[in-house]
Amino acid sequence: MTTSSTYDVHAIRAQFPILSREVHGKPLAYFDSAASAQKPQAVIDAQARYLSHTHSNIHRGVHALAQEATEAYEGAREKVRAHLGATSTREILFVGGTTDGINLVAQTWGRTNLGTGDCIVLTRMEHHSNIVPWQMLAQERGFDIHVVELNPDGTLDDDQFVQHLNRGPKLVAFTHVSNALGTVNDVKRWTAAAHDAGATVLVDGAQSVPHLAVNVQELDVDFYTFSGHKTYGPTGIGILYGKEALLDAMPPWRGGGEMIGTVSFENGTTYNELPYKFEAGTPHISGGIALGAALDWMNGVGMASLTAHEHVLTQHAHARLAEVDGMRFIGTAPCKAGVVSFLIDGVHPYDLGTLLDQLGIAVRTGHHCTEPLMDKLGIPGTVRASFGAYNTVEEVDRLAEAVARAAAMLR
Amino acid sequence: MASTIDPRQAEIAEEFAMFGDWMEKYEHIISLGRELAPMDPADKVDDNLIKGCQSRVWLAAKRDDRGHVHFAADSDAIITKGLVALMVRALSDAPAADIAGANLTFLDEIGLHSHLSPTRSNGLQAMVKQMKLYGLAFTAGG
Repeated sequence: MTTSSTYDVHAIRAQFPILSREVHGKPLAYFDSAASAQKPQAVIDAQARYLSHTHSNIHRGVHALAQEATEAYEGAREKVRAHLGATSTREILFVGGTTDGINLVAQTWGRTNLGTGDCIVLTRMEHHSNIVPWQMLAQERGFDIHVVELNPDGTLDDDQFVQHLNRGPKLVAFTHVSNALGTVNDVKRWTAAAHDAGATVLVDGAQSVPHLAVNVQELDVDFYTFSGHKTYGPTGIGILYGKEALLDAMPPWRGGGEMIGTVSFENGTTYNELPYKFEAGTPHISGGIALGAALDWMNGVGMASLTAHEHVLTQHAHARLAEVDGMRFIGTAPCKAGVVSFLIDGVHPYDLGTLLDQLGIAVRTGHHCTEPLMDKLGIPGTVRASFGAYNTVEEVDRLAEAVARAAAMLR
Repeated sequence: MASTIDPRQAEIAEEFAMFGDWMEKYEHIISLGRELAPMDPADKVDDNLIKGCQSRVWLAAKRDDRGHVHFAADSDAIITKGLVALMVRALSDAPAADIAGANLTFLDEIGLHSHLSPTRSNGLQAMVKQMKLYGLAFTAGG
């Protein structure tokens, strides 16, 4: 089975050195890209080349290396802008990752705009990183959090969303793609509805940017954030997009070098312009540059081809795993991206994950940092197979056969 | 100190040496889990729950007239339960001081040390710590 005439998955796999290694004496089948994607040689080279050839601190130096490093880092920012379809690089903030991006919005926009008597809307399927920053702030500021629950197939309950909008929330914060269920949410429609109700919209893009073409202007979201390491780039780097007018009005969060205009004990301190106002201290320069290389790499593959390939893998995984006795899929939304989550009757996810590991197959088991979701579903967790550009249909077959074999041992 | 625990560890290591590959080893662990004496429902309570991130482990301890500590344990995951059974076999019905001072090496010897790693989040490491704490408490006459 091939995904399209142009998608050569074996040529793509060959670009990922780690995929040629073995685990427990078996070839590695890596189905944990939703936790973190592996890195193509182009990304590894970009980071290594920067460290071995270009490195210097950025923005302040007059010497050649400082200028080259600054150009490379700001060039990466432009690549991110183009990839997300943002208007200006002033709207693209380098942050540590999705978690960091959400915390930045909570601590700046949230601290300025949310107080007693206000409310915000989250959903049942949020990752802890889009719950806890808001809970921490709510505890301090005294606003309410309303939660949109799920339909049985793992889609969000639209009617309840409308009811919550009628409460006049200041913010609606939700994920584009569920990390535990794979559900793709209709960001454009929800954002329009939230805007009509007067709410600001933050979207967690950690699980969408790796799989789908995202255009922030078309979606009209106010904030959008994602992590570099899930988009084939390094850990410790991510992006927060924000509409310029919103970012401009937000106070800075972390203070330090780089984010200032002038600093004075006598006359007070003024702040730098966007995006530097939010980027205190020396950033993760090599990470930013390698993230730019990762987006280049994804665009080289082609986002549409990537999405189509992963759709084939997801469909095939559903079909093959359905053959296993006692299989129960968790999350069967009509529109899913990159994730198949499941349980087998009478088998604990931990046991299944342990045996799959022995067979060289890397899946994730547990609550996937979505405890409120697992509690609501009444399950301890799931086994999650997640897909990347490099997974093959043959690997999915291997997964299904291994799951059947392990389940037979465990029952 | 001649420990009652070390001969038991040696016996477990010998038992596992028979297995040719990991499949046989895990099949044996799974069957040990199935054979583990059921825990008294009165002991399988939240107070005795050692929360791992992924699998849950319950552990209860009693001391008899001779000063030996007896453990009862359970887990909701069968592989964890098999490993729990091995821990109970190594440490239960032993003098409290032997348990407190036990140097558990058998998981290393049978190639399952990774199951004790905190990153496995299976509750096993916390269980061993709790077993030793019981040993210590009962040694002190608690």
